[in-house]
Amino acid sequence: MLSTGLLGAAVVAPGLDLQSSFIDLAQNAGLTAGAARLLWLPLPMLLVLVGAVVGVLVSVWLERKISAAVQQRIGPEYAGALGVLQPLADGLKLVFKEDIIPARADTLLFSLGPVLVVVPVILSWLVVPFGQNLLISNVGVGIFLWIALSSIQPIGLLMSGYSSNNKYSLLGGLRAAAQSISYEIPLALAVLAVVMMSNSLSTVDIVAQQTGAGIFSWNIWRQPVGFVIFWICALAECERLPFDLPEAEEELVAGYQTEYAGMKFALFYLGSYINLVLSALLVSVLYLGGWSFPIPVEWITGWLGVSPDAPLVQVITGSIGIVSTILKAYLLVFFAILLRWTTPRVRIDQLLDLGWKFLLPIALVNLLVTAGLKLAFPAAFGG
Amino acid sequence: MTIASTTQQICFLVLSAAVVAGSLGVVLLPNIVYSAFLLGGVFLSVSGLYLLLNASFVAAAQILVYVGAVNVLILFAIMLVNKKETLAAIPGLLVRRLLSGAVCGGLFALLLRVAFTTPWALPGPVPVGEEATIRIGEHLFTDYLLPFELASVLLLMAMIGAIVLARRDVFSTDVITGEPADQGLIEKDRTPLLIEKATPEPTLLSKP
Repeated sequence: MLSTGLLGAAVVAPGLDLQSSFIDLAQNAGLTAGAARLLWLPLPMLLVLVGAVVGVLVSVWLERKISAAVQQRIGPEYAGALGVLQPLADGLKLVFKEDIIPARADTLLFSLGPVLVVVPVILSWLVVPFGQNLLISNVGVGIFLWIALSSIQPIGLLMSGYSSNNKYSLLGGLRAAAQSISYEIPLALAVLAVVMMSNSLSTVDIVAQQTGAGIFSWNIWRQPVGFVIFWICALAECERLPFDLPEAEEELVAGYQTEYAGMKFALFYLGSYINLVLSALLVSVLYLGGWSFPIPVEWITGWLGVSPDAPLVQVITGSIGIVSTILKAYLLVFFAILLRWTTPRVRIDQLLDLGWKFLLPIALVNLLVTAGLKLAFPAAFGG
Repeated sequence: MTIASTTQQICFLVLSAAVVAGSLGVVLLPNIVYSAFLLGGVFLSVSGLYLLLNASFVAAAQILVYVGAVNVLILFAIMLVNKKETLAAIPGLLVRRLLSGAVCGGLFALLLRVAFTTPWALPGPVPVGEEATIRIGEHLFTDYLLPFELASVLLLMAMIGAIVLARRDVFSTDVITGEPADQGLIEKDRTPLLIEKATPEPTLLSKP
């Protein structure tokens, strides 16, 4: 599966390839090629896992600070400077809480539910690229793998809703499943339009197709409707506020997580924030040019008169790529948090109406128009 | 034996065991909810087997269609009509079980015979790997176009049928009984609830 840089070989600059450098180094130290690969395998996985968890801590802190600012409060301020350690304190509190399983709950399913919610989300980080070769695996089915994996999540939600033996939990689980099935379809159709333009499902190829003219070649200019559909659907899949019916506090206590406490609740919490950061990263990959800088790095190196293949320049461009991916993603996280505090929750019938009667037809029309434009202007729409 | 082939063998054994044990659980477990969740596990293991065969697109499609849609809908249906009732034993249950067991055993024996007598071309053709997505698309729109279109027409028919069954009230006559159906339910105006409540109900006020 680990075929990094296999498909993206035809792209302009090869960029930083840590894997081949590491394997070369290990082979020089006297290891066989297989052993070197085996040593390399856990490194990016561990790095991405740590990165995802740190990303969650940052977004939890941002959520608390920004919501405080929206409501003219101060927010957390004592745990660390500006309260940056507050998420860590929250996490620590959840670790030390008692793990309660209700007496009439189904113990096995109750414990398995949160795991089924978190694992697919973490697995989806497999395809998030931070640079030409800076991803765990450049699998050919790329973005499709994410869509497929995110469809496992509702099963975990149904499982935890059912096994809690609580009517609010069951209602929350059923709502979550209905919501996630309804919004998966326009989401997939919006992705399909992008895939059609880039002729590939691989995330690396999708970003590579958006390079060339800097900010003007990003997909958001060619797919404005798709961008809006994707963002709405991604928020709905993450159960963020305009669409947080599965855990609507006023109606369902806390939905499927009502009976959960301690680490099992923390898994749900972690899963929802990892999913938010992941969705923001994928929006930036699909529509905002991924790791590409608003002004192409090749132009800058050309103006400065340095070779883009020099080791130092490669390290700098790689860092710029990582930073710009993360900046774009966190800009979207910021918008998601602002949306949370400015929009009221929709009703379940409004939610399903929006999904099936508005977003789905618009997404189909968008796909059709993209196909037509691709045939009419192959130069601009990736013919 | 290299590390890669050992890993592949271990994965194959684990996944096959999961498929066999899971399917037996789906059929034999008395609790229908467990059966439905296990079915999801079986689908996931099958997609793992596809991954081992280098068919990543088919594996992802398997997860999306079978786990994400079919299994979620099965669970949904079970949970919406989850009546706790003890079913009365059907007369002749033992005979029925023996009969269905015999049919399944016969089918199993037939499949085993086919598997052992077919001259499999080993090793098979070279896996196309990441090219598979393009190849599947080409086949679907050239030599497999007719089956593809037939399947889509079948799905459309199923969808229309489901809508007809679910929204019987839309049609002026009931499709099953032939009697005129009540149109009042769907065409009702949206009257604001609060204004309606403003006129007090006399029965409530006259109560001592």
